[in-house]
Amino acid sequence: MDSAMTIILTGFDLLLSATLLWLAWQLLRSTDIFKAIIFFICFGLLMAIAWVRMHAPDVALAEAAIGAGLTGPLFLAALRKMERKQKKERRFDPEEKRDNPDKRWQVRSREASPLMWIVAALTLCFAGLLIRTVWIIPRPLPGLAQQTAAHLGASGVDNAVTAVLLNFRGYDTMLEVMVLLLGAITIWSITHAPFPPRLPDTSPVQKSAVRLLLPLICLTGGYLVWQGAYQTGGAFQGGAVLSAALVLLLISDFLWLPDMHSLPLRMGMVLGPLVFLSMAVLGIITENALLRFPPEQAGAFLLFLEAACAISIGLSLAAFFAGGRPASDLREKPYQTDQPDTEKEGS
Amino acid sequence: MTIPEIIGLVSIAVALPFFLSGTVGMLRFPDIFTRLHALTKADNVGLGFLILGLCLQANDWFIVIKLVLIWVLVLIASSASCHLVARRALMKGIRPWTAQ
Repeated sequence: MDSAMTIILTGFDLLLSATLLWLAWQLLRSTDIFKAIIFFICFGLLMAIAWVRMHAPDVALAEAAIGAGLTGPLFLAALRKMERKQKKERRFDPEEKRDNPDKRWQVRSREASPLMWIVAALTLCFAGLLIRTVWIIPRPLPGLAQQTAAHLGASGVDNAVTAVLLNFRGYDTMLEVMVLLLGAITIWSITHAPFPPRLPDTSPVQKSAVRLLLPLICLTGGYLVWQGAYQTGGAFQGGAVLSAALVLLLISDFLWLPDMHSLPLRMGMVLGPLVFLSMAVLGIITENALLRFPPEQAGAFLLFLEAACAISIGLSLAAFFAGGRPASDLREKPYQTDQPDTEKEGS
Repeated sequence: MTIPEIIGLVSIAVALPFFLSGTVGMLRFPDIFTRLHALTKADNVGLGFLILGLCLQANDWFIVIKLVLIWVLVLIASSASCHLVARRALMKGIRPWTAQ
């Protein structure tokens, strides 16, 4: 029974790896951007399964939520903007030839160029080096798992991943949260969100589905943050789920959303980095080191930190999707090129 | 093997043809509407049987509740997204396929 299971799992792993490689290739060679994005989303979902197979459920959750769940819609939103600029729709085109022979020929002729061969040779060399490196890694792997397990008691949480992310290597996580905030700031300084991106009319089914799912999504996000202390989960996963709720709100065209004041959004986005920074300073004062928590209260500190970070991450990721600051927030008129496209959809 | 476990296995076996036909339908059907139809059939009925089978094999009520919740959520999500895709396609002016 056991050996049969092993064979089935090995077969599954092989199939999964082959599918991932195939998807990656299709994704790269696709000339249709929309198709490539769909391949990317599928790739992310299968990659999440691959992470589960490698016994890394935390990474799997993050990959599914951010890699497939949020980056895909981000790409789709970007594509939509491109299409609006070019006044060209390439989705759902009944006349589109799936396998345009001209296109294929062009791609093939490009493949044969000398530059392609050089790049291919370099890639092969690099792959060989990588394979050699993997080969000479001493086994058993000299990981830090044992040290982490030994000091887990001092971290204030029972989940090794959360302990490493927020306590042992809190500095890295702080910078990651800052990078997200920086991205949101950059986007907000460049442009305003194209509110209202009015569709002719939003489907009532969509609105009720979003109303139905939204409380559940918020609950799940909060639950992920909470259970990060002792199980798979944490600020990034919870934040990504929260941002999914916000993205759903954004695309469902709720009337109050474009008129929302930006102050709560700003406060929420800054909350995580701010709490992180103040904890870092607090650590310097009380424990004489950056980001060091008193072991007795470390659990409470980390939970507070995670909750704040999750809110910031959720808001920042949703701001990436919205693609700019709320229009009501502007003091001056936006650039002419930024004006929302008033052209009727589907005409 | 107890009787609930056997019923559960049968139920899972019943679910598999739905997924198979859903996949085949998505690959072979002529237009977007028929493909959506095939796909959501697999989601609704196939997943329903699968969840039923897994529930019968579970030994904890909590797991049963979780499984049923998953089914309900997938029902809501798949029917809503299917409706949206079909609606958008209609608005784009794609005519449903008819046998000539």
